[in-house]
Amino acid sequence: MGKDSTRQTGTDLDAKATSYGGDAIVRFERVQKSYDGVLLVVKDLDLEVQRGEFLTLLGPSGSGKTTVLMMLAGFETATHGGIFLKGEPINNVPPHKRGIGMVFQNYALFPHMTVFENLAFPLEVRRLAKGEIQEKVRRALEMVRLGGFENRRPGQLSGGQQQRVAVARALVFEPDLVLMDEPLGALDKNLREEMQYEIKHIHENLGVSMVYVTHDQSEALTMSNRIAVFNDGRIQQLAAPDDLYERPENAFVAQFIGENNRLSGRVSHLDGTSCAVDLDDGGGRVQALAVKVAGDRARTTLSLRPERVAINPEEGAFPNVFEARVQELIYLGDHIRTRVSLCGKDDFIIKVPNAQGHAMLREGEQVRVGWALEDCRALDA
Amino acid sequence: MAEIAGSAQGMAAITTADGRPLAVALRHAERVKRWKAFFLVLPLLLFLGVTFLYPIALMLFRSVENPVVADNLPRTLAALESWDGEDLPDEAVFAALAADLGEARENKTFGRLATRVNQELSGTRTMIMRTARRVARFEAPFKEAVTAAHPRWSQLETWAAIARLGDRYTPIQYLAAMDLGYDVQGNIVAQPESRQIYRNLFLRTFWMSLVVTLACLVLGYPIAYLLASLQARYANLLMILVLLPFWTSLLVRTTSWIVLLQTQGVLNDLLVWLGIIGDDQRFQMIFNAQGTVVAMTQILLPFMILPLYSVMKTIPQSYMRAAQSLGAPRFYAYWRVYVPNTLPGIGAGCLLVFILAIGYYITPALVGGEDGQMISNLIAFHMQKSLNWSLAAALGGILLAGVIALYWLYNRLVGVERLKLG
Ligand SMILES: Nc1ncnc2c1ncn2[C@@H]1O[C@H](COP(=O)(O)OP(=O)(O)OP(=O)(O)O)[C@@H](O)[C@H]1O
Ligand SMILES: [Mg+2]
Repeated sequence: MGKDSTRQTGTDLDAKATSYGGDAIVRFERVQKSYDGVLLVVKDLDLEVQRGEFLTLLGPSGSGKTTVLMMLAGFETATHGGIFLKGEPINNVPPHKRGIGMVFQNYALFPHMTVFENLAFPLEVRRLAKGEIQEKVRRALEMVRLGGFENRRPGQLSGGQQQRVAVARALVFEPDLVLMDEPLGALDKNLREEMQYEIKHIHENLGVSMVYVTHDQSEALTMSNRIAVFNDGRIQQLAAPDDLYERPENAFVAQFIGENNRLSGRVSHLDGTSCAVDLDDGGGRVQALAVKVAGDRARTTLSLRPERVAINPEEGAFPNVFEARVQELIYLGDHIRTRVSLCGKDDFIIKVPNAQGHAMLREGEQVRVGWALEDCRALDA
Repeated sequence: MAEIAGSAQGMAAITTADGRPLAVALRHAERVKRWKAFFLVLPLLLFLGVTFLYPIALMLFRSVENPVVADNLPRTLAALESWDGEDLPDEAVFAALAADLGEARENKTFGRLATRVNQELSGTRTMIMRTARRVARFEAPFKEAVTAAHPRWSQLETWAAIARLGDRYTPIQYLAAMDLGYDVQGNIVAQPESRQIYRNLFLRTFWMSLVVTLACLVLGYPIAYLLASLQARYANLLMILVLLPFWTSLLVRTTSWIVLLQTQGVLNDLLVWLGIIGDDQRFQMIFNAQGTVVAMTQILLPFMILPLYSVMKTIPQSYMRAAQSLGAPRFYAYWRVYVPNTLPGIGAGCLLVFILAIGYYITPALVGGEDGQMISNLIAFHMQKSLNWSLAAALGGILLAGVIALYWLYNRLVGVERLKLG
């Protein structure tokens, strides 16, 4: 609101940290967190959130995403390390002085107040004049397309409407930073997708920085400038959505983001950025991109996206070509999910796009499949 | 709303596959279920009817029923119909009185008559007793004979009282319970200052119950909060401590307060030993209103804590967090967000404690002393000692009306459906 000068569109935020000029609004420095003094829930977190960025924390349940968010909001204290907001350490600043907007998973709208009173709450706390409060609340409600709902109570709104009120409330006092902890978790699929775009547009229009928590990867991919993939209290990879999907740096990320075929084997020949991998049980030799291999003879997991596998490729187009037998065909409209047995594995998935003139396969058929070296990434075992 | 009503009407026309209206079919299908449910609760319903509703109805009936005079002096009352109330009644009335008293003496019911009239007009007991004993020897003119037997027969006040008491159903006990009565002309007037007790007692009962309720709220709220926010294992332990008093007899708890607070009790001994007060300055902490309030607060505290706790447990932590993230300092967030959400619990707890307190009997009886007595103690007195059951019933009726009024008020303000007790 009123931050049009810092307004950025999705395309200028091309999602590389450098494009924000290194202007970090939040910085975590070697932050650790333990609840019980036995287990570290967050291990050595170093993370910068750039001004105006939409950063998503993505990870499986229990990976520590909420904990990170709560430390940033001030509801949990870091056991070790420093948290900085606009360059100032905030470890000892109470939550109400941090000026960070927050949307909770269950919305946390105050049930005894009307929508108007809910939105006016942060403004009253800041002792704004009555007229100004009314104006700001009106604008915030219009932003989430809920004009005219001022006098309803949260209990009289649908889930999606409550969600929008919660977003409006977190934004109405014009914070620079907004945190959202799985705000769409309780909505059904259609509404969730609609809200994803809505939140994304609000972010683009206002230019606020957002830290968003989800365990839904497609949500993360749709909305974010950058995604931090969490597992076991650590950031596994911090990158833009396309990077994360196309260039996962380790087996966990490859597995967690999108579908992926895993082949395990041993590096037999390492040559700079590429390597040859002998698959287990004599499955054959695969040429792959050496992304994260410990060295020659080290065990490795190959990761290969199902849509990057070609059926009956032209002779010599790919370094990797194998014989496969079609096991199962599942028609999914835009593509046909094909399960084949290959190199001794019978759960190898290929997505055949339902384009004009695509290969017509039959179950039990013997085909040749192939893929490029760059699409097959050799990662940690 | 209009649309909804319209569509509901539209639905009434829908029929089931075999052509019966849907609403009829539904009602039929539900009926069996309803009867089953009814038979399941029938025993309890009967039990409540016999042990709860019937006695209350009987009590309310007794508070307005007034048969003694009407039964014993039928002829006198008939003759009094035409009395103008200005002068003494005429000979016919006195003759009827002599006949009625003669019959009452034969039936040996004149003692009850004497008691009843005396309740209304003190000092008339001997008048009736003496007259009844002599009535066999009376001869006409009865006016002289009767007034000679006792001089009060020649007072207008006596006759006015008898005429008034002749009504079989009368609000007279309710008036008495509010320190009101009739004067000779039949106007409702306040009792003389020296005979007013009930109104003050009602006020005191109300006031003490209010103090107990507030004390319970102030003491119970933080404990309930602690209970609702502690980790489960500590919360369970604390809950046992809260419930512990329930497992101890009420009498034991009340007497232990006597042990603790009496002038030679533990607390006074401690204060003396610490040198805070001298041995001759021991506080009177029990057998008075304060003692009653203290003991009742302790006894009723769980009834405040439990409904509060059950409401607080359902308030998500995220409300407070949201308030703080919106910029509210902790205390402000409590006041604006947490406390309003506990209102149903506060209402339920206060209502429960207040209603229990207002009818409390044992504790004030044991530790109340002079100024700690409550209305229930007086009801018991009229039931057991003075045997004026009608007055006791009227006092009980007023208490009942008070409780119902409070309940109504609560329903208006908070809504009974939000009442949570556990
Ligand atoms: N208040 C707490 N006390 C003790 N342990 C906690 C507490 N909150 C979280 N944990 C533990 O810390 C770990 C990380 O929890 P966190 O809530 O941050 O996970 P998450 O990534 O948000 O998971 P989810 O996707 O399920 O919300 C979990 O193992 C959890 O059991
Ligand atoms: Mg979480």
